[in-house]
Amino acid sequence: MYTKDGEKYFILDAHVALWDARPENQRNIHGKQFIDCFYDYHRNLSPESEVWPYEEYLYQGGERLMRDLFTDGYVDHAIFQPALLSAFYNNGFGQTEEAFALAQRYPDKLTYNHCWDPRFEQAGLDQLRRDAERFGLKGVKLYTAEWQGDSRGYKLDAPWSYRYLEACQELGIRNIHIHKGPTIRPLDRDAFDVADIDKVATDFTDLNFVVEHCGLPRLEDFCWIATQEPNVHAGLAVAMPFIHSRPRYFAQIIGELLYWLDEDRIQFSSDYAIWTPKWLVEKFVDFRIPEDMTEYGPLTTAQKKKILGLNAAAMYDIDVPAECRLSADDSARTSEAVAVA
Amino acid sequence: MCAAANEQAGTGSTADAPDGDVLERAHEALGTVVDPELDEPITDLGFVRSADVIDGELVVHLRLPTSFCAPNFAYLMASDAKDALWTLGMPVTVRLDDHHDSEIINRGLAADAGYRGTFGEEADEDLDELRLTFRRKAHTAAMERALTRYLRAHPDLPEEGLHDVTLGDLPDDGATRALLRHRRTLGLPTGDDRPALVDSEGEPCPREEVPWRLRVARSLRVSMDGNAHFCRGLLRTRYPDSAADQSPRAFQEKVS
Repeated sequence: MYTKDGEKYFILDAHVALWDARPENQRNIHGKQFIDCFYDYHRNLSPESEVWPYEEYLYQGGERLMRDLFTDGYVDHAIFQPALLSAFYNNGFGQTEEAFALAQRYPDKLTYNHCWDPRFEQAGLDQLRRDAERFGLKGVKLYTAEWQGDSRGYKLDAPWSYRYLEACQELGIRNIHIHKGPTIRPLDRDAFDVADIDKVATDFTDLNFVVEHCGLPRLEDFCWIATQEPNVHAGLAVAMPFIHSRPRYFAQIIGELLYWLDEDRIQFSSDYAIWTPKWLVEKFVDFRIPEDMTEYGPLTTAQKKKILGLNAAAMYDIDVPAECRLSADDSARTSEAVAVA
Repeated sequence: MCAAANEQAGTGSTADAPDGDVLERAHEALGTVVDPELDEPITDLGFVRSADVIDGELVVHLRLPTSFCAPNFAYLMASDAKDALWTLGMPVTVRLDDHHDSEIINRGLAADAGYRGTFGEEADEDLDELRLTFRRKAHTAAMERALTRYLRAHPDLPEEGLHDVTLGDLPDDGATRALLRHRRTLGLPTGDDRPALVDSEGEPCPREEVPWRLRVARSLRVSMDGNAHFCRGLLRTRYPDSAADQSPRAFQEKVS
């Protein structure tokens, strides 16, 4: 929980990872390239005081994760969103067993989401059923650009993807988080194209599709789809740290999202361990849309509470203490702000 | 362009074309190569790592903000660079450094294998459609910049009033010139009496749709500008010496 000026904010970090990118776990040069790319994101967008040494960045471990999120970072609950990247790392990038053990130890603090890959066809589908039971899955994280043999990625509207999504419906896995990555076949198309999400969101209206980093670098396509599909949500992973280095750009992203979606479909995340939540939460609570940006309405306290935790808590049925919920006054103020905007 | 080029120039120079002159012309040629996602010359972005004349051959190295930048765009810029340098009339090698697909792309470039020859069955058709998609996006973003400026200069004009604004009404400034350039690229009319707000086919929209069209265009421009400074920042982090090669983004609104 974070408290500022008498307001209490329930913090749900909707996208965290426990990874191992140490050299002994790197399968090939791409394992090093991948973590180096993450480290450049980290160095480029963190305040100088929050930059980790490279060695620490390779593997953070459970103890440090608990401290960064819950002791120092104001987080009340966090959701693991693992990327396996088996083509790059011997024992995977996201550490399934270690993360799941932590989630079992701190069930009130951590939720473990797992991943699936439709290119494993029937065997993967059988595995998904076993995983759903073992992990008690409420959600999955899909990385559509994951390499698999000769393949450089898949589309969500492929026939086997549909079978996996149907299995999710049946198994009660309602929250589908999607990360659009840059390498996908065929290469003639825009790899970041989110059109396949449009299609599955229409066909699976009882599933939530949370598009991580709100479709960036194709914010416009994402907004257009989310406007039409009420079950498409924006995850703020990667967009959040702009609040420090490019606050006016961050204002534009939030302004666009509030305009095209609504305040109930935007979720905070630190994308830990790419960034840590403490400074992001502090800056977001203090954030105001600059007054000269007349094309956007103000960002209200109630909207901040929803984005920082209430929205994802509702999606994951996580109990929020009464003192952090919106009061009738808050809700009234929010609808007023929306009407003005 | 790059300090390394100047320092290293001189190795194996040819008698009839001093390296300095060749490198200047190479820089000009590379300045015509545009990153389609960001709509900026690769020279302004700092993507040209070095250019040298070695034993009578022009050798250009390119670099990108991450190892995982989309390989289709990476190939497109590298092959455009090679095509642009061809006009210099000397042997040319273009290499893309530090990319996850460097090996495939550099092999394809060396053999002039073309896009399909380079990527084999990962490529379905060709990159023309992709290129057109991003030219259209660039036009929409340029249009939004010019019209948002116009609205700020005319605070009493309601957004719907943009329906009647023609190209001739826009001030003769960089934003307008950029818009006209993008219209020419797409083969759209550029006469003074033509409406400024049009779709990618050059068609205007009904008056009541104007505010919505402007919002759609704005989300695209915000996305494109954001990607531009994200990519620039990452390149500087990855290659600290690239900062000196980057020019400020034209028409970029203040972001920090």
